[in-house]
Amino acid sequence: MKVKLITGRTLQQGASKEAGKLSEEYFNNVAICELDPSDMEALNISPGQNIIVKTKFGEVVLKAVKSAQAPHKGIVFIPYGPWANLIMDPETHGSGMPSFKGIEAEVFPAKKEDKILTLKEVLEKISGGK
Amino acid sequence: MEKIINNVVCTVCGCCCDDLEVKIKDGKIVEVKNACAVSLSKFQNYNGKERIVKPLIKENGEFKECDLKEAIEKASKILAEAKYPLIYGLSLTSTEAIGKAVELAEALGGVIDNTTSVCHGPSLIGVHDIGSVTCTLGEVKNRADLIIYWASNPVFSHPRHLARYTVFSKGKFRKERRERKLVVVDVRKTATAKLADMFIQVAPNQDYELLSALRMAVKGEEIYLNEVAGVPTSKIEELADLMISCEFGILFFGLGLTMSLGKSRNIDAALSLVRDLNERTKFLIMPMRGHYNVTGANEVIAWQTGYPFAVDFSQGYPRYNPGETTTIELLTRGECDAALIVGSDPAAHFPVSAVKHLMKIPVITIDPHKNATTLISTVVIPTAITGIEAGGTVYRMDGVPLECKKLVEPPLGLKSDEEIITEILVNVKKLKE
Amino acid sequence: MSEILIKNGFVFDPLNNINGEKMDIFIKDGKIVDKVSSKAKVIDASNMVVMPGGVDIHSHIAGSKVNAGRILRPEDHVKDFEVKTKVTRSGVGYSVPSTFTTGYRYAKMGYTTVFEPATPPLKTRHTHEELRDIPIIDKGCFPLLGNNWFIMEYLKENKLEECAAYVSWLLNAIKGYAIKIVNPGGTEAWGWGKGISHLDEEVPYFNVTPKEIVRWLCKINNILNLPHPIHVHTNNLGKPGNYVTTIETMDAVKDLSKDGKVSIHVTHVQFNGFAGTSWLNLASGAPEIANYINKNTHVEIDIGQVTFSDTTTMTADGPFQYILYLLSREKWVNADVEAETGAGVVPFRYKKSNYVNAIQWGIGLELALLIKDPWKIHMTTDHPNGGPFTHYPKVIAWLMSRKAREKTLNKINKNAKRRLDLPGIDREYTLYEIAIITRAATAKSLGLKNKGHLGVGADADVAIYNLNYKSLDPSKDYKLIKKAFKQTAYTIKDGEIVAKNGEIVSSSKGKIYWVNSKVAEDIQKSMLNNLKMKFEEYYTVKMENYIINESYLHNSFMLNVQSEV
Repeated sequence: MKVKLITGRTLQQGASKEAGKLSEEYFNNVAICELDPSDMEALNISPGQNIIVKTKFGEVVLKAVKSAQAPHKGIVFIPYGPWANLIMDPETHGSGMPSFKGIEAEVFPAKKEDKILTLKEVLEKISGGK
Repeated sequence: MEKIINNVVCTVCGCCCDDLEVKIKDGKIVEVKNACAVSLSKFQNYNGKERIVKPLIKENGEFKECDLKEAIEKASKILAEAKYPLIYGLSLTSTEAIGKAVELAEALGGVIDNTTSVCHGPSLIGVHDIGSVTCTLGEVKNRADLIIYWASNPVFSHPRHLARYTVFSKGKFRKERRERKLVVVDVRKTATAKLADMFIQVAPNQDYELLSALRMAVKGEEIYLNEVAGVPTSKIEELADLMISCEFGILFFGLGLTMSLGKSRNIDAALSLVRDLNERTKFLIMPMRGHYNVTGANEVIAWQTGYPFAVDFSQGYPRYNPGETTTIELLTRGECDAALIVGSDPAAHFPVSAVKHLMKIPVITIDPHKNATTLISTVVIPTAITGIEAGGTVYRMDGVPLECKKLVEPPLGLKSDEEIITEILVNVKKLKE
Repeated sequence: MSEILIKNGFVFDPLNNINGEKMDIFIKDGKIVDKVSSKAKVIDASNMVVMPGGVDIHSHIAGSKVNAGRILRPEDHVKDFEVKTKVTRSGVGYSVPSTFTTGYRYAKMGYTTVFEPATPPLKTRHTHEELRDIPIIDKGCFPLLGNNWFIMEYLKENKLEECAAYVSWLLNAIKGYAIKIVNPGGTEAWGWGKGISHLDEEVPYFNVTPKEIVRWLCKINNILNLPHPIHVHTNNLGKPGNYVTTIETMDAVKDLSKDGKVSIHVTHVQFNGFAGTSWLNLASGAPEIANYINKNTHVEIDIGQVTFSDTTTMTADGPFQYILYLLSREKWVNADVEAETGAGVVPFRYKKSNYVNAIQWGIGLELALLIKDPWKIHMTTDHPNGGPFTHYPKVIAWLMSRKAREKTLNKINKNAKRRLDLPGIDREYTLYEIAIITRAATAKSLGLKNKGHLGVGADADVAIYNLNYKSLDPSKDYKLIKKAFKQTAYTIKDGEIVAKNGEIVSSSKGKIYWVNSKVAEDIQKSMLNNLKMKFEEYYTVKMENYIINESYLHNSFMLNVQSEV
């Protein structure tokens, strides 16, 4: 399904950030993707299921969460953090600011073997396996 | 021994609430009153297992503990030998520390930038072109009868904003909720939108069109389309009427405008709309600055260099050009060859192409906690936490300066950001002689 | 500490009646003394002019609106920058220079004390942070009180003593130096987008008038025995015909002159000296204002001279700045401050060819030349409103040389030239009079006993100018005057040579002056008790956090002042 991707803050992302970026609380609150309930239905995914969000910059496995801020058909939301950044648009148009909101993306259910990366694994992926 | 410290300034978000009550028992914080959920989390967790207590130097891919002197010497050497070092972060520390960082960047002939460049940088770029009609938050509390949050979700990002400064606050001229109207414009029906008297759902990346249509309506011009940016024209006209007929309106805007398509041009449109409204009524605008001292960072960098962020000293004097001297570009173009990160986690928040370069160059991180950036650093220097273990000046999102207190002693041996940056500066100056 | 002997200079020290006498000046331990040992460093000031360091009474150099101006105008800085040196930090100009550059540039010109004339109390911590970062010069700031909610309410309830206690507390709390009033009542009306155009018009909701506010604060100034009179930016700034308001304001406090002392300092009067009824027939109101001032002893002014450049206007007169935006369609910053005041910043270019700008240029000079007693005048450009402070040498040249004025008169808009009295004015300021309006009178007006003169005991702040006084004909050689005042041969601050021939050779911190006003304890206590609840209601900060500790100022100079209550 083609969607528009936005990233941003959530209360839980902010609170768990204070608990520590390497904590489980942070992982549970940030490695997620919020979807509109009707979009979830159309994709046949249930809350808690792993999905893949893909942009032309990369793809990432995330846990699907039913949005409490619906309706927003066709829009998915990922909290700020390392997982969002794997698929972010670095284009700043000369302003210094990458495109963190409003990016074209694709969402589909993940395969059984697709696992959500830990923060350390995200960094390893970026460095190319260092 | 128990004591209560009153009027504590919270050091989390741009609200800088200064009414926190902190109870301290035997040198530890045991209770905090008036803090929001995020602030409470900071007070409860700041000394958790992610806290770093000893400086670290990476050797052969492994971190090794060392003493502060060694860490500072290594950090100074890396920075002094670099051709074009970058100092980044700085929104989570005091203006005193940031001022020292400016001096360090000047001594190094490098670049100093803060998180503004990936946050409200576009807002400042918009201000360079249009200016800004703004006020302090107490003006809103006392006078505002129309409050608009555009592309901002304060219930999540600035939890006490509504109660302290806007719709739920009690001011001299507006004592009750019903004397004010709340409008929210966003791409989703956010938690803040749920509290609104009017919610406008705008299509992603089309805020510029909506703002322009509003400007037309405010100026009494006819909008020929039935719908703009996914919003029915009748709704746009309704909002314009609300804006014109209020006594005192304020538009708070967030990163939905700075980060989506158009970037600073979106802000341009918002600043122009508010400016135009002043021909009809009293109307103001304010960016929802995120971190507790991101505003202060812009202030001190500006008064010392003339420019608010992204300042390059490679020619021996301050130069500024967002898009050229901003951090993302410096990293994605691979231009800087060393980085000092102060109180920020770019490895967790930057696009991959930027993080890739950060992983290639020596990075020194000054931070109290382990995070993605400390993991990829060469030197990690832990610090006392500003607002809890060290004092300093911070600037609220509306530019009001406050002094935050030292509440408890830091873990043994930990110095403040200001002290550490000053020591690096002294060392670097010696090395550069 | 070191000793310096300044030998054989032509000394101009009006406060001690020294008018170009060739004499030696002795410095020891940062002070002027009457003799030094043979070990003293000798500065040969032969054929040079020696004056006390300049004292600038009104220049916007630090604080929230100044920084808003810096941020607003990156284009102001791009072409004017200072590369760092071994002694100096780098920085930028032009009309809103960065803090380090501000201190260095003033010092190079021979100025050693500068006051920031408008700081909003709630944000004064910001002003002090910037003042701390301005090197070399001594400084202070004036808190804005003319639209303060508490003061207007005390006024309405006629609680004079309690209000005096409040002003005393506020000066101490935010470490301010004098009472500043800007567009009294008008900036509060602007809080609702409205304006005030008459001294007897009531402020919305508070129902007091500008005239009442000015008189009230003048009374309080007397009660508190503050060193400087109320410093007033009058209503209707920038409006054709406003000279009437200016004279009315001056007259409003004539009877409040205490012991024959000055009861009001009216600032940048050029902007408030407009005659005429519209932009088309704008004329100079300087003759009328000068006439009033010549007949009275309770008023002094600073001129706010326009110098024809691209500059940045910035004042606490929010509504005026909006009008300037509407006229110029330039970019515009507005920043209202809760319960206190407002501010506005608008870039502006004064052009010789523009009729209005040319008249403005004429008004400033006419004021200075038509007011007979130079002790009533201070030279300012209201930096940067009329022009950057680096243009002061131009102003001095215009005042000292009719020829310099003629040269400019021949370049300005011809209609303006016809309209002004200036072409017919012969008077030329002497060096002695320049010394009065740039240091002696200003220091005296500010109550700074150790500044503005070179008598024994004074701070050793000295400016030595490359001007051969005896062989100089300032009327003809105005270009030499300009050159000399652009950069000193030597600037000495607290007995240290800080600048030499346009180069900073040594930097230092400079002190921040503030008034520690003392009122009776019981009156203070009861005022605070009544204040607490209202404070929380009106502000969004706690009273404890509003107060600035003296240690914050780093190099503080506290002036103790005992009040009448």
